[in-house]
Amino acid sequence: MSGTTGKKTERLLNLLIMLLVQRRYVPKERIRSILYPGTSDEAFEKMFERDKDELRSLGVPIEVGQLDAYFDDEPGYRIRPDEFALPAIDLEADEASVIALATKVWEHARLADATTEAVRKLVALGVPVDVSALDIVEPRLSADEPSFDVFLEATTERTPVEFSYQRSGETAPTLRHLQPWGVVRYSGRWYVVGLDTDRGAERVFRLSRVQGEARRTGEPGSYDVPPGTDVRAVARRLAPPPTSDRTVVLVRAGAGHALRRNADEVETGVPGPDDRTAWDRLVLSRGIPGAADEILAHGADVLVEEPARLREQVVQRLRAALAADPHLGQAS
Amino acid sequence: MSTRRTPGPAKQPAKQPAKQPVKQPAKQPAKQPAKQPVSGAKDQVARLLALVPYLHAHGQVRVDEAATALGVAPDQVVKDLKVLLMVGLPGGYPDDLIDVDLDSLEGPEADGVIRIANADYLARPLRLTPTEATAIIVALRALRGGAGEETRGIVDRALAKLEAAAAEAAPQVDPGLDAADVDLALRATRLQQAADERRQVRMTYWVPSRDEQTERVVDPRGVVNHHGFSYLDAWDHGAEAPRLFRLDRIHELEVLDRPIETEPAAPRDLSEGIFSQAEETRRVTLHLDPPARWVTEYYAVEEVRPAADGSLEVDLVVADERWLLRLLLRLAPHARVVHPQELTSMFTAAAQDALGLYGGPGVGWPEHDDPAPQHS
Repeated sequence: MSGTTGKKTERLLNLLIMLLVQRRYVPKERIRSILYPGTSDEAFEKMFERDKDELRSLGVPIEVGQLDAYFDDEPGYRIRPDEFALPAIDLEADEASVIALATKVWEHARLADATTEAVRKLVALGVPVDVSALDIVEPRLSADEPSFDVFLEATTERTPVEFSYQRSGETAPTLRHLQPWGVVRYSGRWYVVGLDTDRGAERVFRLSRVQGEARRTGEPGSYDVPPGTDVRAVARRLAPPPTSDRTVVLVRAGAGHALRRNADEVETGVPGPDDRTAWDRLVLSRGIPGAADEILAHGADVLVEEPARLREQVVQRLRAALAADPHLGQAS
Repeated sequence: MSTRRTPGPAKQPAKQPAKQPVKQPAKQPAKQPAKQPVSGAKDQVARLLALVPYLHAHGQVRVDEAATALGVAPDQVVKDLKVLLMVGLPGGYPDDLIDVDLDSLEGPEADGVIRIANADYLARPLRLTPTEATAIIVALRALRGGAGEETRGIVDRALAKLEAAAAEAAPQVDPGLDAADVDLALRATRLQQAADERRQVRMTYWVPSRDEQTERVVDPRGVVNHHGFSYLDAWDHGAEAPRLFRLDRIHELEVLDRPIETEPAAPRDLSEGIFSQAEETRRVTLHLDPPARWVTEYYAVEEVRPAADGSLEVDLVVADERWLLRLLLRLAPHARVVHPQELTSMFTAAAQDALGLYGGPGVGWPEHDDPAPQHS
């Protein structure tokens, strides 16, 4: 470590302690004479501003106030001990163990660091963190969406945001304005839930569809999340409902493994549309998510029997694909 | 929000390692176990604001013990402590400064035990920042999903205490862990354990692009994560080569009593991407109508050329034609091949073949007004 780093650390800590141990606001001039002796006006202002910023960025709550009600010319500074310190958290040994595991969850550099820092503070409280044999598996959380950080922070601070959003099937992205209430992961993807202020209604946005940067458009604490809001419930309500149509398909022997895995009944060696292979009949009582897409992907290996609507969809889409094929010429 | 089912990233290599490239987002550094030391005064202040309360809570502690507990290198702990010598109350008297017993840390008398005094005003650590509180609370919520019944109670107690201590209301962030995530995490634990114990694994593995499920016996090397997916790196005895297996495509899994037969090896580093060892690939140009635009979100496309009507022309590198064929069928009728012509014909034949299932005798699909087009 360089000597300058050590000197600066000393100054930052001395400033912190000075403001922490005084009950009253410490005058700026006193801070200057003790911690910044022999500096020019300009150099002092610059250093003092930067030092305060660095302490604040660590989470140190530096307050600015008037020293005296009668003389308002000089600002003073202080740190309230109860605002500064982590409140006592009495963690049992087993609770401390699960907290230690939390450092391994995030696959997101900034949040992994933040978790590590949080655990370090808890350890500093005197919590005996020790990972013993726990009946637990360690899931991983990733968040690759570039706008994730902005939405997470905006949710925490309650800051409105605007962003350009590309809805599936729309030609151009549109600018949306949102008061974010929460961020939810659903089937491995992150969504933001909030009040769409242009539409005056709650909406869900998939973060991977946000184009470019999301921008904060207001001050922290600009709005309140409606009391009792359960963001997960909102996401579930606004997300497309799962299909629930009982579906019956014929599948070639040796194909359709993903469908077979979810089938409730399998009848082997049934008569099929051709004799190239043997055919099996699968019954999927809970339907197939994204059924038409999924069936189509299987090409000539899967045939829909029920429901009729799905069968028609598949046929129509295949016909449309062939009709659109410029190399085939006009169909009729 | 889309109602489309996500197909997941393109196929995962079992027999041929180089397949459809998975979309790679902006490179993100892997998470770090602890902050890098010596990165400036701010970090040093942060470390000291944890070290001093830690010593206050534990009394006399050895340097290495404190280093381990706080995730800091031992020599950094000593460097940090030396800075404290000039830190203290603003009185300017020697007694106002924090007292660190340097002789116990360095020199002939050193016993490696940290002794400090006069630092009572730093007895408590700094409170959690909103980001720290969010990060740890969400991580614990995720762990909760992976916990057995007994441990879930412990996680709940820990969460309740942390949520109460967080200055702001507990953040509305739900990691949404479901049974499938937990199942995968369990599988990762089992496979990693098998790798550590050098035991063979028998499994049924599904390759979506070929819609093929095969049984394999492998020598596991380790579980590695890449872009949100976990893979088993293993020597595949069938292929006689190392292969990556995506964990969510392993169907049945059995850890055998047999030891591995190949030399033990560390799992490969996937930070440069899974498909670095590209084999035969070809560049394909697709025309995507608006409903098929999501393809660019999921797969690594080389180039996107938007048209005025909202459709896109995209170039992508394809290693496996079967993968492409399935994708085109899934997107029908919103995608077609612009180039090469040969793949257009393949797609047409596949679509005709699929449609043919519904036109055959005995299936009873009513005739349509416009008959299915024929090959030209």
